[in-house]
Amino acid sequence: MAQIGSSARSSVKGGTFAGLGPLLMLPSWVVIGFFLVLPVILMLVYSFLTKEFRGGVIWEFSVNAYDQFFFNRGLFGDEAPTIEWTYINIFWRSIWQAGLATVLCLFIGFPTAWFIATRSGHSKSMWLFLITIPYWVNLLIRTISLKFLIRDTGPMNTWLMSWGIIDQPIHIINSNLAVQLGLFYSYLPFMVLPIYASVERYDFSLSEAAADLYSTRMETLRQIIIPVVKPGIIAGCILVFVPSLGAFLAPDLLGGSKTFMIGSLIEEQFKGNAGNWPFGAAVSMILLSLVLIALMFYARSQSSARKATRAAD
Amino acid sequence: MNTAVEIENVTKRYGDVVALSSVSLAIEDNEFFTLLGPSGCGKTTLLRSIAGFEQLSQGDIKLFGDSIVDLPPNKRPVNTVFQHYALFPHLTVADNVGFGLQRQRLPSHEIASRVADILEMVQLGSYADRLPSMLSGGQQQRVALARALAPRPRLLLLDEPLSALDLKLRQDVRVELQQIQHDTGITFIFVTHDQEEALTMSDRIAVMSEGVLQQVGTPRQIYEAPDNRFVADFIGDTNLIDVQVTQVLDQCATCVLPGGASIACNNMAGASVGAGHLSVRPERVTLGPVDGSALQGEVSRLTYLGTDIHVTVALSDGGKMDVRVQNSDSAAIPQPGSTIGLYLDIAAARLLVD
Amino acid sequence: MRKPFDIKRYPGFFPITCLCLFLLYTPLIVVMVYSFNDSNSITNWGGMSLRWYEEVFYGVESQKFKKAAFNSLSIAICAAITATTLAVCAAMAMLRTGVFRGQTLSFALINLPLMVPEIVTAVATLVFFSAIGFKTGYASILIAHIVFCIPFAYLPIAARMQSVDATYEQAAQDLYATRFEAFRLVLLPLILPGVISGFLLAFIISLDDFIITNFVKGAGIETLPTAIFGSVKQGIKPSIMAISTLLLLLSVVFVTLSYFVGRKGQQTP
Repeated sequence: MAQIGSSARSSVKGGTFAGLGPLLMLPSWVVIGFFLVLPVILMLVYSFLTKEFRGGVIWEFSVNAYDQFFFNRGLFGDEAPTIEWTYINIFWRSIWQAGLATVLCLFIGFPTAWFIATRSGHSKSMWLFLITIPYWVNLLIRTISLKFLIRDTGPMNTWLMSWGIIDQPIHIINSNLAVQLGLFYSYLPFMVLPIYASVERYDFSLSEAAADLYSTRMETLRQIIIPVVKPGIIAGCILVFVPSLGAFLAPDLLGGSKTFMIGSLIEEQFKGNAGNWPFGAAVSMILLSLVLIALMFYARSQSSARKATRAAD
Repeated sequence: MNTAVEIENVTKRYGDVVALSSVSLAIEDNEFFTLLGPSGCGKTTLLRSIAGFEQLSQGDIKLFGDSIVDLPPNKRPVNTVFQHYALFPHLTVADNVGFGLQRQRLPSHEIASRVADILEMVQLGSYADRLPSMLSGGQQQRVALARALAPRPRLLLLDEPLSALDLKLRQDVRVELQQIQHDTGITFIFVTHDQEEALTMSDRIAVMSEGVLQQVGTPRQIYEAPDNRFVADFIGDTNLIDVQVTQVLDQCATCVLPGGASIACNNMAGASVGAGHLSVRPERVTLGPVDGSALQGEVSRLTYLGTDIHVTVALSDGGKMDVRVQNSDSAAIPQPGSTIGLYLDIAAARLLVD
Repeated sequence: MRKPFDIKRYPGFFPITCLCLFLLYTPLIVVMVYSFNDSNSITNWGGMSLRWYEEVFYGVESQKFKKAAFNSLSIAICAAITATTLAVCAAMAMLRTGVFRGQTLSFALINLPLMVPEIVTAVATLVFFSAIGFKTGYASILIAHIVFCIPFAYLPIAARMQSVDATYEQAAQDLYATRFEAFRLVLLPLILPGVISGFLLAFIISLDDFIITNFVKGAGIETLPTAIFGSVKQGIKPSIMAISTLLLLLSVVFVTLSYFVGRKGQQTP
């Protein structure tokens, strides 16, 4: 993903439209700069302001929002500070859920991507077509469909009971398991497609060379294939992990009060009258920093992968 | 004769890399002119500078007396046949050929008749409605030529147009290209790294290396009277013998060969007393008895080439000489390992300073 | 007899692929089937019927959903057209203008909407609009959609442009085309499959969005996802399943469309 644009530049000397770069870039700069960069900067500023009851801010510097996130100073704010676990736990739960969803998606997604990429001709197009459709279906509708399926009185439980496999409905909805299932289900196609693209480019004579040098299938997988397609795997993991971390729909529709995640915590601060804008802004900034750390990890792995291919040229 | 293109002191730098270093060159009207050199020598950069795709760092390019360096490519009456043709894949053959005429805002009936004429000339009249992807490599090459000729440019640039064709086809196309150049009377500048192509097709050749012009001349001059070691070595095969020039008198230099024998040479590219190099083509060396020969050595290898036999001789001082012996019954073929004398054709040996 | 040794085959990968598709499709198919359920209860099967589709188009809530569908589609079309135009310009700037100052930063900026978590974009945009006194409604939704559609439109367009050799534009210029003609007559037709893919992707992403829309829409305006979400909060109704099925079919149409565009694109190098 990130290679497009930066690596191609060297191949075009001067370029047909030389000198027009800044002009052509200007509309995007204006739109994204004004309606995304400025808002995010504003959020950073808000996170250091004082809250106004009923939503909004008072323009007075304060670190209360961050203080509230990390420390508990008692009901009236006059006790010795102890670590406040409520929000850290929500973050921890979100990271854990997102991480687990990523691992599950990887275990299902990698074999699927490999299987599809190794089909030939028409059969490959058909498999790819099948895997792409859910990717394009509205996320809200997919989450609702899942909720419908796994409700206590939903088709899944009805069928399992009518086939005599279970006596009582399995209670999944409103649990961490349901949220986990939702995240996994939501972002599974995001794992398959980048890995597929990576395996597509894989040179199968590498596998043949490994086999020729007495490597078993599993050794080839572990020592040759996975290292070579690693950029695709990492891209897939980022595409699952990042949106899962800030997910709102899955915890909101499938989870209950015990499955609160970061997305819902932020939402709560800006909707309705109970909101605390500086606190919401602070939580957003902490989430954004986590995501940027994950992306830096991604960028580093991509650039080292590029260096490796360049060295091989 | 008119001068078509004047290249004056042209320099092109990419950062620290010098692609062209003070190149000056005049190309006559109606000439088939070739830029020849190994890859990376700057010949394509020079061609692209004439077409307008490179900004010069220094110097001027004049087309029939007018400077064109400040004109964008689309304002220059110059057309290019690109290396991989760059035929527009979404347009038919006729639309490709008519593209330049349409940009010149010619009336549509004239465009149609000129496209038809030129497709006829390259024998592709029945392919007008095909897409380029449906044509063979040779046909694509002719479409590219037709497209560049259709606007009747004053100068046609050809960037290694034959490199993508296979050997047999390449030889046919050479003759065709020369014929077209002759018929249209357009000045051609042809870029290639293939010396055989350059020697057989060109009126004149400019040999380039590392951004520097090495020599300009007719194919015969370039082959038989190279100006320096690079040209002698790059064009054809040659033996370069290190010699000591002991005396220069009246266009006649006395050279001492490594074995101590001394010869007089009057074919030279400027000579002065001191170290020099004698260039002798392998076909201009004959084998004979050791006694009375200029150089002696041991036959180290024979290579059979069909019409010729290639003899490699290891000289006693550690150097080696290549000799071509015609494969006929009368020719005496030495045995590997035997000691043999080498006789140089002094008239064809050229003394080079550098 | 032993199967011939196939380097590409890993035992177990085929069942996992089937499991993957089973997991992805089961909820969708179940909802599709139940949308034809004649029964008033969403749990019990009461035979085939199209009554919920009738309800979607002519029922009490049909006006609300039609309005929401209109908003969704018109916003998606406007946002996708604008984002695609900006993305074409940006791709030319990145790939066809040589090197200029701030190019790397520009590349990061184009992709920024992909990096910031949706929920953060949503609240930040809301806070920003309220800070500058911009009235939330149709326009605010459209602006927000344009922003996050740009990188989605950019990716296929840039990928396509990268595969088109710059020599084509040079050949056009050599044949007396101005820069704009070189773009209009040569580069644009050659990157068209990428442009269409970019447009379709931006369109579906805009149509798909719930979180950002939900924050910046303000009161009194709904898009299809926010209307569905509001309705589902009171429990899943059969008419929602009918709407879901219709949207699902729309997605299938789009995948098919982009599939054919992609295949056509591969034919011209």
